[in-house]
Amino acid sequence: MFKKTVIAATLAVASVPLTQAQAADYTIDTEGQHAFVQFKISHLGYSYILGSFENFSGDFSYDPEDLDATSVNVEVDVASLNSNHAERDKHILSDDFLDAGEYPTATFASTGFESNGDDEGVLTGDLTLHGETVEIEMPVTLVGEGEDPWGGYRAGFEGSTMLTLADFGIDMGDFPEMMHELELYVTFEGVRQ
Amino acid sequence: MWRNTRSGWGLVSIALHWLSALAIVGLFALGWWMTDLGYYDEWYNLAPWWHRSVGVLLLVATLLRVIWRLMLPAPVARGPRLERIAAHIGHIGLYVLMLVALVSGYLISTADGRGIDVFGWFQAPAFISDLPNQATLAGTIHWYSALALIILAGGHTLAALKHHLVDRNDVLLRMIDPTRSRRG
Ligand code: HEM
Ligand code: HEM
Repeated sequence: MFKKTVIAATLAVASVPLTQAQAADYTIDTEGQHAFVQFKISHLGYSYILGSFENFSGDFSYDPEDLDATSVNVEVDVASLNSNHAERDKHILSDDFLDAGEYPTATFASTGFESNGDDEGVLTGDLTLHGETVEIEMPVTLVGEGEDPWGGYRAGFEGSTMLTLADFGIDMGDFPEMMHELELYVTFEGVRQ
Repeated sequence: MWRNTRSGWGLVSIALHWLSALAIVGLFALGWWMTDLGYYDEWYNLAPWWHRSVGVLLLVATLLRVIWRLMLPAPVARGPRLERIAAHIGHIGLYVLMLVALVSGYLISTADGRGIDVFGWFQAPAFISDLPNQATLAGTIHWYSALALIILAGGHTLAALKHHLVDRNDVLLRMIDPTRSRRG
């Protein structure tokens, strides 16, 4: 009897995190690449340069019943930057700016989430770029979730925030004021695990 | 006169040698200078345009130069055996470094599949693009090969001067005077 109780209790305890994990853990769909990490920065105040990081991976936990437990982790291969101009990419990746040779990966690890209701909230987390870790806030929106046509379950988000490049030790002193910060835009779909 | 013989270099090889030498020294200085220009410098876009345009022409000229060199005999080497071997290896090194510097430069500019505008005359097509991190890797190779080329060419120049001033043989003169290729 005692033995049975112990086994039952152990099973119950062991299965709790498991079922929770199943409800909330998603892998960002980089395989089917329904995921984008992009930036937008002024060019002299006359137009914008758009670029994206093509290789990254990540996962997140999202449970509508327990939004406080929301978390996101993303790891970006900095050298996969593409701004549609090879020589500019090379220059951005050089030690004048991102120094991808020295700092090949950028990471984001969330530390908190504040829900505003209506499928919106603000994600807080540590963004590491150019070797500098800075706490940022990013307003995010649930774009949609549901079953996909291939037997999986997906949830997708978008979010954007302004980054001041000097915070990350990137010197934009040679460029006009409006080029000192950029907009980071992220959107991805996660496949529930 | 035009062709190389056992006794001297023809006009084609002489012209290619000196134009290439001039272009290489110029490209090196230009490349060094232009990569330090500020964004607001008037030359920020123009200097790389010159560098790429001259570079592509030199790449074509160098490919023809190598073909021309392989098709014809070359003047007999002078000096003791060890010097001749060193000269031979050095010359192969110069050709290899020229080609590596030229091709790596080409691969920087064509990394996203775009061709290179040459003086507004024509577009050099992009044959190889979208390799992982192509522009940055090609750029690193470009810098080190260009540096090695300039250093080796410096040694090569000293050797040429030694032939002329110390050994007092015709090695330098036959790279200047194409009529020497006609003597038997
Ligand atoms: C033997 C011929 C060449 C020499 C000696 C040469 C030399 C140089 C040097 C010294 C630099 C500066 C490198 C640095 O500071 O990182 C440079 C940069 C550059 N070269 Fe060349 N180069 C040659 C041919 C070419 C060719 C054929 C092209 C393209 C068609 C080219 C395209 C470039 C470009 C785009 C840069 C700028 C790279 C950057 O943004 O940092 N070069 N070159
Ligand atoms: C960037 C500069 C230079 C480069 C890349 C270069 C390259 C070469 C190469 C590849 C050859 C080998 C020819 C062959 O056997 O196929 C050669 C020959 C020669 N170079 Fe240069 N050269 C440069 C500058 C100079 C200078 C400044 C001088 C003289 C002061 C010079 C003097 C000679 C002479 C005399 C020969 C003929 C050697 C012989 O007949 O055996 N070169 N050069």
